[in-house]
Amino acid sequence: MRSRRKEGPEKLTGVAKYIDDFRFQDVLHAVTVRATVPRGRIKQIHFDPSFDWTGVVVATADDIPGENTVLLIERDQPVLARDEVRHVEEPLLVLGHPDRAMAYDASKHVRIDYDPLEPVLDPERSSTVFKSFEIQKGDLEAGFAEADAIVEEEYRVPHQEQAYIETNGIAAWEESDGTLVVLGSMQCPYYVHKALLPIFPRDPGKIRVIQAATGGGFGGKEEYPNIIAAHAALLALKAKRPVKLVYDRHEDMRATTKRHPARIRHRTGVRRDGTLVAQDIDVLMDGGAYITLSPVVLSRGILHASGPYECPNVRIRGRVVATNTPPNGAFRGFGAPQTLFAAELHMEKIAKTLGIDSVALRRKNLFRLGSTTATGQVLRESVGARQTLDRALEKSQYSRRKKAAARWNRVRKNPTWRGVGLATVFHGAGFTGSGEIFLKSRAGVRLTPAGDIVVDAASTEIGQGTTSILAQIVAEALDVPYEWIRVETPDTNQVPNSGPTVASRTCMIVGGLLERSADKIKERLAADGVRWPLTRAALRGKNLSITEEFEKPGEIEWDEETYRGDAYGAYGYATLVAEVEVDKLTYEVTIRDVVTAQDVGRAINPLLVEGQILGGTVQGIGYALLENVVFENGAMANAQFTNYVIPTTLDTPPIRVEIVEEPYSRGPFGAKGVGELPMDVPAPAIVAAIHDATGLFLTALPALPEQIEEAFHDRAPRQR
Amino acid sequence: MIELRVNGRKRRFRGPAFKRLLDVLREDFRLTGTKEGCGEGECGACTVLIDGEPVNACLVPVCQVAGRRVETVEALGTPEGLSPLQKAFLEAGGTQCGICTPGMLVTAWAYLRSGGRDDPDAIRVALSGNLCRCTGYQQIVESVLTAVRRR
Repeated sequence: MRSRRKEGPEKLTGVAKYIDDFRFQDVLHAVTVRATVPRGRIKQIHFDPSFDWTGVVVATADDIPGENTVLLIERDQPVLARDEVRHVEEPLLVLGHPDRAMAYDASKHVRIDYDPLEPVLDPERSSTVFKSFEIQKGDLEAGFAEADAIVEEEYRVPHQEQAYIETNGIAAWEESDGTLVVLGSMQCPYYVHKALLPIFPRDPGKIRVIQAATGGGFGGKEEYPNIIAAHAALLALKAKRPVKLVYDRHEDMRATTKRHPARIRHRTGVRRDGTLVAQDIDVLMDGGAYITLSPVVLSRGILHASGPYECPNVRIRGRVVATNTPPNGAFRGFGAPQTLFAAELHMEKIAKTLGIDSVALRRKNLFRLGSTTATGQVLRESVGARQTLDRALEKSQYSRRKKAAARWNRVRKNPTWRGVGLATVFHGAGFTGSGEIFLKSRAGVRLTPAGDIVVDAASTEIGQGTTSILAQIVAEALDVPYEWIRVETPDTNQVPNSGPTVASRTCMIVGGLLERSADKIKERLAADGVRWPLTRAALRGKNLSITEEFEKPGEIEWDEETYRGDAYGAYGYATLVAEVEVDKLTYEVTIRDVVTAQDVGRAINPLLVEGQILGGTVQGIGYALLENVVFENGAMANAQFTNYVIPTTLDTPPIRVEIVEEPYSRGPFGAKGVGELPMDVPAPAIVAAIHDATGLFLTALPALPEQIEEAFHDRAPRQR
Repeated sequence: MIELRVNGRKRRFRGPAFKRLLDVLREDFRLTGTKEGCGEGECGACTVLIDGEPVNACLVPVCQVAGRRVETVEALGTPEGLSPLQKAFLEAGGTQCGICTPGMLVTAWAYLRSGGRDDPDAIRVALSGNLCRCTGYQQIVESVLTAVRRR
């Protein structure tokens, strides 16, 4: 059902309250004072004596009542640096003033003296490995011995900035009963809750985290709000007043996490007919200064590194290392867009080497029912890879377009070259392996005495449509109108921990828990003699609440030690065909046409699914062609929307979306994840199209005009 | 003191003449529908109409709008009484996270009122100063098209 977005009317009228829209009595506006060097020992902090410090409250590491650590996977990152700094923009202290401009002024009158230390800025030269993994399947050497050709290449992908339009922000205060309340822009209220406990030791019920309306996240508000919440809370407790800490755009871009850059090497053995016989893949990711989520990003990266293809002999090695840049973190796709870019472009390289068609090469090796992945997982159901390929080829009229582009390119006086490219990807839905078992997510459905049906889950609405689809799933299961369902605000004092809003797990995992809860409510009501169609009168006075907890499906087996087994319950699949035009004079790339077909299991709400696919596709277009994070001495040098360019309406063509539905038995009504998949597929397809247009085989992102120009100089392409 | 007309109502501002119109609207007049995204005129989240023209309120000192007509998203409709443009956004998926939405709506409103054509390319040009990171723009363009066709 194309049901309308539940919270849409509030957003469309400016009534929805984002964190900066809240007003608080006696509030202090907070500003963070940050390191200006990539690595150094802190000698002294000076507060300019000529500045009037009246009314300014300052909190440093010494004010932290508990541990000075931002708890995530490891405890390596301090809330506020005390002795040394490991990256530019590392927070040192937080200060606040009732007047926001005065707070900014004060922050400019703090000076820090350092003993500088030599920073490590090149991940290849880092000696600190945060995490490494290895996946092994079959016998690699025997595989290469069988090969008719061995194809090698190295690929590079850069940082990418999440660039949500609402910057990060959190407010904090202490209630008279001693409850520390934190309200703000975030994806994961329970992550914030968990991170605050060791910093502010108290009864867990006395920390309350509430999500405000959140203006986009894309992973950028998965872990970083833990730090902002800690800073705001620290200052609020010290000042005994509410504190509001909202970043400006420049600070948000320079200080917060980005997508991990990566270098990926492929060495592939193939038979003459295109059959893959050996894949040896090496992944290096740059984690930045602290561990944050790097091990998990790397894990997802290597689990997708072989692409959606079956190969009997595979070795995938990956490591993520420390450098003295701000920590990298979660960004839509979470490691997979990086490794899939390499995997898909490498298919083009293999096809070129063998002199065969890249579509035929893909078709020969693509996952099908019964295929075995690199981790040895047998794909038993819901494998729509081939369907997405067929549908995208058909709807784009791929062959006809490709021939037309070749004809266009033969006309010398044409001002551009045209080319058509495609890519096919897969994406694991939900947490990897045992992740969901550790999370033990809970979500429920409740009937109130007044006759309301309420969804209780900590899953956040950040634009993707959580509120609407969770309500739809419950409405469908209970067979009542969508309008009857109310979704509770994610507030740790009100809702159970349904896990983080990440990894495309909300619809499939949390939606699944809600479907089960609703089924039980239905059974209870039926047992009570309630008849359908339900009326609100029949619900009145039924005080009933069901909460379901995640249970591991019996058939899923995963070994965390050897990285073998069922990495994900199910995978989504996508194919994208892009036609590009490259200007012969400026080397600017324009996208003429995009068709994408994506297997999402089942589209609970096609309008929202299309919205996810369209939005992810355009982020992928940005990753491919525009988004260029420039680092200088360990800091982002272009941390503004003026010079970090994301796509506008004029950089994006109309996109044709084809939804493929290969249902997954464990998903609610067959649904798999949809959020991350669309981000994986545009970049390799667009770079393949540039190859088709120019004959240049680019191996790095973004494909800026200057990169294309350089490639023309370096590689003596075909004459035109 | 600066006098201006905001959403049809006469308002007075006493304060620094160079305070950003964006802050005056949000802080002094409590019209928080207008959002700040970048503070430098790139993202369009703070778009308001000044004498009917879409302008980034983060770049305008309040003294420049003395005696002029300012319109914000609050003038369009309410959750219970959405304007036809807002209804079109709701039906066609034009809003996702919602932070760019007020600015996007205000720009689209100016397009509609100035007699903008039933033409997706023209709509894309009109909206090119408003960044959205969620939608990929297509459903926004479709929303505006829907509203144009119903005009």
